[in-house]
Amino acid sequence: MKRIITAKVRNRSGVLNRITGLLQKRQFNIESISVGRTEQEGISRITFVVDVDDFPKAEQIIKQLNKQIDVLKVVDITDKAIVARELALIKITSNAQMRTEIQGIIDPFRATVIDVSKDTISVQVTGDSEKVEALIELLKPYGIKDLARTGITAFLRGQQPQANQDQEPFSLLN
Amino acid sequence: MGKDNHELKANQVTPKNGSEILIDALIEAGVTTLFGYPGGAVLPIFDALFLRKEHFNQVLARHEQGSIHAAEGYARISGKPGVVIATSGPGATNLVTGIVDAMMDSLPLVVFTGQVTQNVIGTDAFQEADIMGITTPITKHNYQVRKIEDLPRIVKEAFHIATTGRPGPVLIDIPKDIAANPCADAYDSSFDLPGYQPKVNPNPLQINKLKEALSSARKPVILAGAGIKFAGASEELIQFAEKHQIPVVTTLQGLGAFPGEHELSLGMGGMHGTYASNTALYNTDLLINIGSRFDDRLTGNLEHFAPTAIIAHIDIDPAEIGKNINTHIPIVSDAKNALIEINKHIDETPDYTEWLDEVNQNKQDYPLWYNQPEEGNMIGQYVIEQVYQASEGKAIVTTDVGQHQMWTAQFYKFSQPNRFVSSGGLGTMGFGFPAAIGAQIAAPDDLVIAIVGDGGFQMTLQEMSILQERNLPVKIVIVNNEALGMVRQWQQAFYSERYSESIFSIQPDFVKLAEAYQIKGAKLATKEEFDQQLPGLLAHDGPVLIDARVLQQENVYPMIPPGQGLHEMIGVKP
Repeated sequence: MKRIITAKVRNRSGVLNRITGLLQKRQFNIESISVGRTEQEGISRITFVVDVDDFPKAEQIIKQLNKQIDVLKVVDITDKAIVARELALIKITSNAQMRTEIQGIIDPFRATVIDVSKDTISVQVTGDSEKVEALIELLKPYGIKDLARTGITAFLRGQQPQANQDQEPFSLLN
Repeated sequence: MGKDNHELKANQVTPKNGSEILIDALIEAGVTTLFGYPGGAVLPIFDALFLRKEHFNQVLARHEQGSIHAAEGYARISGKPGVVIATSGPGATNLVTGIVDAMMDSLPLVVFTGQVTQNVIGTDAFQEADIMGITTPITKHNYQVRKIEDLPRIVKEAFHIATTGRPGPVLIDIPKDIAANPCADAYDSSFDLPGYQPKVNPNPLQINKLKEALSSARKPVILAGAGIKFAGASEELIQFAEKHQIPVVTTLQGLGAFPGEHELSLGMGGMHGTYASNTALYNTDLLINIGSRFDDRLTGNLEHFAPTAIIAHIDIDPAEIGKNINTHIPIVSDAKNALIEINKHIDETPDYTEWLDEVNQNKQDYPLWYNQPEEGNMIGQYVIEQVYQASEGKAIVTTDVGQHQMWTAQFYKFSQPNRFVSSGGLGTMGFGFPAAIGAQIAAPDDLVIAIVGDGGFQMTLQEMSILQERNLPVKIVIVNNEALGMVRQWQQAFYSERYSESIFSIQPDFVKLAEAYQIKGAKLATKEEFDQQLPGLLAHDGPVLIDARVLQQENVYPMIPPGQGLHEMIGVKP
């Protein structure tokens, strides 16, 4: 099962290496990882999407991450109300005639054309992974020449619905 | 955290260089013993040490692996962090085994490595190794110093991290220019670690849960691990066990945490543990694990480990709780604090006499046993038992890994904590002898015995130089079966007796080798010789090497075969 985990970390040298190293050492598969600065100076947020077998495994990842000195806070936000987005850049083979057709496909996805050349067109799309996947599927028949995805970055919505607290995920931390 | 400002004084002619600042920081951290080995990148550090040598007892091993294992033995016995210094490149990589060993067995170490100067880092310079990359997965934390003024803070943080929470090794990589250059700026050693706040007090709700579990339990067992030793909680444990009459199983690293000869002690559990221990772990309905990490050598096949028990687990490292075994009562805490609360709040428990009778019956019916060879020949178990008798069970004993280690765990009944130093998690050959050197330095007046195999001893025997140099009275007992005994045992049992590379066709004359280092040596090949000479050799006021010749074919029993459960032990009776 896929879990979205966010971690706030101190921007110290080697912190990313330490984190990816520990996930590899314990054979946790990272589907995507995105890192960037936060509103606090010296603090970065890492968003992981990991594929694990069960809740105890997910719990292990969180505990192992939490154990690192430069990791401040780790949360599994999968079951919370969250905003999760990723950005993809897609370069498609396209001549002038096909551009309008492609435009018609990407419009409902609120994707934008960011670069055009004689025989290619490049599109930028943001959204949750399903939306990005869907657009990629639709564009495949035109011939994707290049694809770059950022992986998901996410955080909690401003308000968490009450109901969610009843289904607190498995936790051994007391 | 104390705030110490070291403003540069106007009249100070030359500001201190990184090495001098490092030495100040070491003195401030209370370091008195250093296990260091010099080299190019640490020349400035060793120069500064030379100028202030009155502050330190500097132990020069003959290989960096010897330095770090000695530091581990020192840490285990003194309770203080072991401090190691090695040069860049090969000096640093020679420490790797010891760092992992300390990580697995939670020993507090602060390791300093030299590094090439910052302007050539990343150019594959002479004696450059990416020790940060290499040690990231095997340290509790590591640092590379980039600015001299950070050095005091980093050193202070490192000692704090290494010694608090679950102890472990911390490495500080110091580029040569950092060590050599003067520090122009003011520095400050105060630190703040918001991401590192170990939880040391138990949650009262969980203590209450344990209380309830005890009141409905009929077959409780305590599993005592190394966490008890680190917390200094043996007295509290004895109080808890005696008050409620709960039997105690110890792990390998927990040996001595609960007295081995205590009537409630069932001995060690696990692969080569006692029948009484493993049967109790199998049949228990409430397992109270205090400071052990449910290592696979203890649990055997997880499916058959305490299959019907409620599991309570007290551990200072939350990541250990639920890692291997599904846990019902998680108690994240220092073992001592938890036991104090438990003793305070848990009074009335049911009468467990019936259960106690059952485990005691097993203890009586299935004691540890070994064959009695004919014609005065010796076997490993006999050697250990005699060493136990002759040292009155009071010695500090170190071991490597393998048959002699298991026999020591079985037949040396440790009555006090911090008397047993062994490579448990990593299972490092060559650990025991240098660890004994560190232990002897930490406890100069105690009898320290390194029980080693003939294989492991040959991996680090060059450290006999330290014994010679300091006349350290370490007693080396080589349980010499002219083979890698445990490997040979497994080949016999599981590989149809194909003894692939496990039997030594030649061996050095260990006595002559000892004599080359001006150490008293004795080869003891028969029971008579051994019985007669052992007390005198252990009482000798200098170092001694005993080459104890034992039969090769002897195996460690009882045993849980690999992949099997606690209830599937073999060799429980002669």
